[in-house]
Amino acid sequence: MSNPTYTVIFYLFAAITVFSAAFVVFSRNVIYSAFSLLFTFFGVAALYVFLSADFIAVTQVVVYVGGILVLLLFGVMFTNSIMFTELKTDVLHIVPGTLLLFGMIGAMLYTFYTTHGWMPSDVTLQGSIVERIGFETMSRYVLPFEMASILLLAALIGAAFLARFEKPDNNE
Amino acid sequence: MGNTLNAWSNALVGFNPMGLPLGLVILAAIPLVFIALYALTYGVYGERKISAFMQDRLGPMEVGKWGILQTLADILKLLQKEDIVPASADKFLFVVGPGILFVGSFLAFAVLPFSPAFIGASLNVGLFFAIGIVSIEVVGILAAGWGSNNKWSLYGAVRSVAQIVSYEIPAAIALLCGAMMAGTLDMQQINILQSGSWGFAHFFLFQSPIAWLPFLIYFIASLAEVNRAPFDIPEAESELVAGYFTEYTGMKFAVIFLAEYGSMFMVSAIISIVFLGGWNSPLPNLGAVALNDWTNGPVWGAFWIISKGFFFIFVQMWLRWTLPRLRVDQLMYLCWKVLTPFAFVSFVLTAVWEIYVP
Repeated sequence: MSNPTYTVIFYLFAAITVFSAAFVVFSRNVIYSAFSLLFTFFGVAALYVFLSADFIAVTQVVVYVGGILVLLLFGVMFTNSIMFTELKTDVLHIVPGTLLLFGMIGAMLYTFYTTHGWMPSDVTLQGSIVERIGFETMSRYVLPFEMASILLLAALIGAAFLARFEKPDNNE
Repeated sequence: MGNTLNAWSNALVGFNPMGLPLGLVILAAIPLVFIALYALTYGVYGERKISAFMQDRLGPMEVGKWGILQTLADILKLLQKEDIVPASADKFLFVVGPGILFVGSFLAFAVLPFSPAFIGASLNVGLFFAIGIVSIEVVGILAAGWGSNNKWSLYGAVRSVAQIVSYEIPAAIALLCGAMMAGTLDMQQINILQSGSWGFAHFFLFQSPIAWLPFLIYFIASLAEVNRAPFDIPEAESELVAGYFTEYTGMKFAVIFLAEYGSMFMVSAIISIVFLGGWNSPLPNLGAVALNDWTNGPVWGAFWIISKGFFFIFVQMWLRWTLPRLRVDQLMYLCWKVLTPFAFVSFVLTAVWEIYVP
């Protein structure tokens, strides 16, 4: 992708992702943080597209925007007097925070400079990605896939149980 | 103007005079202009005329012959209106809400094949993208409803979001049946698989004895997804004034309406692509009278998909002026206890049919 247009679009999305993520962290208003998260998720999805992983990009939008963000907004909106609560976004532990920050940056830069480039697979991809993902899910990774579905089923039953009406107790 | 796949859109992408990617901009602008034109002519004017005929009255008759210029007059009126932002509204979300809403409904047009030679982005996950991108619209509705700082708006937004999120499930499973019959998620491939000399007989709706069930389920669920009657409880006039756009005036109101008409065409186009052959001609070849060969091609393709889309929009309008509105609990009952189980049944039956029968 040496085309200058794509480079410009890439940096645009990178900037959107970084700035909206910063806004999520530094905003003092939960609602604005939640809405800013939309742009972060969207920017990350766009970055996946630049990695030629369109399936993961769309999944990112479906799961994070359609599921998690909407749930988050619902939760936030039904909380009373949300606009009047100011979040604490002050820096509280300066020394450990700075140490952690530089540690993380150092670790990432170390990995970046010691890993030499990408490691392309010997086998080139034939056909569409979706087919390949479906095939792998149903063959090599079928056990983790089924385990995830059982976990989700358990979570669903638990949520339905918690949300059920309390039956009036006859003893009292 | 070759006949190869995506010839027009590929030519547009290659068009960049002086190194500027003008072709890409034009490519994105074509669906935008299309939405605006169709919403003006068929959307607003057509809906008013159709509703008038349904109710045995005349509809707009004053401006121009048969009231043709009524919509233009409405646009002029909307442009001149004061742009009111309520004093207690959340200024930022109130302004940004309609924008997000419109972007959400417009993004899916990127993967709609308007003709064998034209598609915005030929993704191999096109159908998945079209289903998934609707969730951005949901955030726009929430922003508009919450930002208005009005009880009716918030109720409308919450109802609308609950409805869209619930009906996404039967809709997605029903479309999955179509995707299973095609074996691909690429929109152009789905269309190509439905072409043949027998015309309509090659459409997925007529290719399997169960296909009518997901077709019907998707149509019902898509009505709910675009908040059309009988599922228009988010904007139920009798209870909620106008739902999440109660406080909107002028151009912001127009943008919300444009988004609604945009998603109406979007779901109609998707249902005709997945089940009714998209840009394929429905006419069969009858011996020497090769109707199918004569009515296929890039320009005819655009004609067929747009007329199929318009037909489904007509059915949507027809239902709107015929059926009464559902209650909230009936709506959820229909989604979770009727449509979702039947969608699963049709999913399994389609899978069995695809594996064992043809």
